[in-house]
Formats: sequence, C-alpha cells, structure tokens
Amino acid sequence: MIHARGLSRRFGRKRVLDGVDLDLPESGFLLVTGPNGSGKTTLLRLCAGLLVPTGGSLEIAADRGEIGFLGHDPLVYRGLTALENLELYGRLYRVPERRERSGMLLERFGLWEVRNDRVASYSRGMIQRLSLCRALLHEPRLLLLDEPFNALDTAGAELLQRELAERRGATVVATHDPDRVSRLATARLAFA
Amino acid sequence: MNYAGDVAALLRKDLLLELRAKETLPAMAIFVLAALTVFHFALPSGSSDLAADGLLWIAILFTALLGLSRAFVAEREQGVLDGLVMSPCDRSAIWLAKSLSALTFLVLVEAIALPAFSVFFAPVSLTTVAAVALADVGLCTVGTLLAAMAVASRTRELLLPLLFLPLALPIVVGGVGASVTANGGRYLGFLLVYDLVFAIICWASFEYVVAE
Repeated sequence: MIHARGLSRRFGRKRVLDGVDLDLPESGFLLVTGPNGSGKTTLLRLCAGLLVPTGGSLEIAADRGEIGFLGHDPLVYRGLTALENLELYGRLYRVPERRERSGMLLERFGLWEVRNDRVASYSRGMIQRLSLCRALLHEPRLLLLDEPFNALDTAGAELLQRELAERRGATVVATHDPDRVSRLATARLAFA
Repeated sequence: MNYAGDVAALLRKDLLLELRAKETLPAMAIFVLAALTVFHFALPSGSSDLAADGLLWIAILFTALLGLSRAFVAEREQGVLDGLVMSPCDRSAIWLAKSLSALTFLVLVEAIALPAFSVFFAPVSLTTVAAVALADVGLCTVGTLLAAMAVASRTRELLLPLLFLPLALPIVVGGVGASVTANGGRYLGFLLVYDLVFAIICWASFEYVVAE
C-alpha cells in the first residue's frame, strides 16, 4: 500500500523528514512514534497527498478518495450539524447509502443523540469522535490517523481501539500513546 | 451528473453556513450602504452623474473584495479544505460552488445597493445593470481563485487585495465604460469576453492552486 524510499521533506531550509524508507502491505498497521516536531505529521500528510516530497520516492497504492485522514484539524464545518457534515463528505467521497452509513457511525461513536446539533456546540472530544466518523465514512483502503486519541475520553479511546482492531485495510497511526495500539502494529517507525 | 451534484452540495453548504452565521452578507450590505453614503457627501454638489457612476463601481469592487476575503474562512478555520481536496470529486467543483456562492451574496447586496445609488445619485440605466451583472461574474470567478490562493498564506488579508485589484482593473474599465458612454454595448462585449476567458482559466487552474 505504501512504498517509500529515501523520502524527504523540507520546509524552506528546515529538513523535517530525511531519507525515510517504508513498506506497508495492504492490510498492514504502521505505528509511528517520536517526539514533537520529529516529522510524524509531515509523513502522514505526504501519504495523504497533501504535501509533495522534496526528495526520494513515495508510492501510494490508493487513489484519492480511498484514503481516510485524521489530522490535527477536525476537517468538519462548525456551522453544520454532524449529520450535515457526514452527508456532505458522503456525497463528495461517493459513499453508497451514505445516510445509513453516517447513522451507523454516529451511533457507534455515541453522537446519534446530538446528530442535529451544530458542531460549534460540541466539546473537543465530541469533535474528535465526529472527525473519526468522517475519516471512516467511506471505508478507506488506507487510513491515516495523527494523534487519534487526543481529546478522547476512556470510552472513546476504547471505541477507537475496537474500530481499529476490526478494520480491514492499511492503517498508519502516529501517536504519543503507542501502548493503546501496539498490539495491532505489524510495523513500527520511530523518529528520533 | 456527479459534477453538478457536487457543485450543488457545496453551494448548498455555503448558503446554509451564511444563513446560520450571517457574517458575510450583512457586513457587505452595511459596507456598500456606508460607502455610498460617504460618496454622497464627498461628491461636491453639482458634480456630474458620470463621476457618481465611477463611485458606484468603486463601491461594488470593494464590496466584492470584502465578501471574497471571507470566502474560505470556514474552510481555513477547521482545515476543511484538506478534506475537500482529498475527495475524489473534481476540484474545480469546489471553485465553481464557491464562485456561485460569492456571486449570490454579491447580487443580493447589489439588490440593495443599486436602488440606494438611485436615491443618492441618479437612476441606474439598464446598461449599467447589465454591466454590473457581467462584472459580478468576473469578480467572483477571479476573486474566488485568488482567495483560494491567499488562504494558504499567513498574509492572506494583504495578499488578496494585492492580487485581486490589478486583475479586476479591466472589469472596472469595462463597467465604467458601459455606464458612462452612449454606446455601452462594446464594453458589455468586453466584459463578456473577460468573463469567458477568466472563467475558463480559473476553472482549469484551480486544481493546481489547491494542490501543494
């Protein structure tokens, strides 16, 4: 699913990623760890196609629309409700039976009762849950999660762990809390 | 079919956000009325209608700029543009929907501004109305592309006017020409050509603007 050789990325003069080699098979689970500023987010954004490498090669065997991405920003409209956000993403990501799929995810992530409330009224943890629903909505072949446990309470974190354990397809998780998903990992990448 | 559906879904979202937040449209309406009021008192009595027509175009231009500066605020605040860009929909659909929403806001504001101009200065001719309609299309298509470029920059508030005003200059020339000359048809044709050329350029180039 991901094949990288000598992957590098600079921002101006600053080299954030330098010569990363990476192979992740179709059903692999890559756990990325490292301190702040070590390049975890940059790696995920490169894999998502949101950044272009400045060196090396990167091949992703998933088309646009087959990638689910959870970054630092929730990527949802605060002025829309949870249901409206998922309806819009479902439309743009060509999700068949998107209403049913949205409802199922909202139910599973404990947001069904507040589905018609605007996101602006949500807590940070609820927004993170909605963001996970958005990333999972189109059943992506490649799921990229950047600090997915941020702001989640214990129940939310356990829910996500179950979701990841049941998932088919390739997954990349960058986290400061590797214990939560370490048993799922088939590959590890530790930045210094 | 998918393309039209995507544009409709994105446009509906923009209109819904504005309907709820009421941030852009009231600001544009107040701005254009305030500008016309200031112009009314700034223009010496006895000035010709030609001078007033010029001021109308200044008011429209800066009102459009005000609206365009807020075009991608919702996307910027929550990083939503990344989510839209990663979707399999044609990226030009994002531009087209945003241009149409900007156009809707501008037309709604002008529905207040043109009667107000008639009260403060002189009646607006049909040629001027046609010129304003054509100018709106150009302002919104070009302005939306530039707003998308500026939104990625830290100096976005500064960058948008710097990029937008030079490219809007032909619209002002065409608009003022259509309003003040006896034979405005030539200028309307000029505005139409501008709209077509820049709509095609913006439609084709948006993909590259939102890609890194």
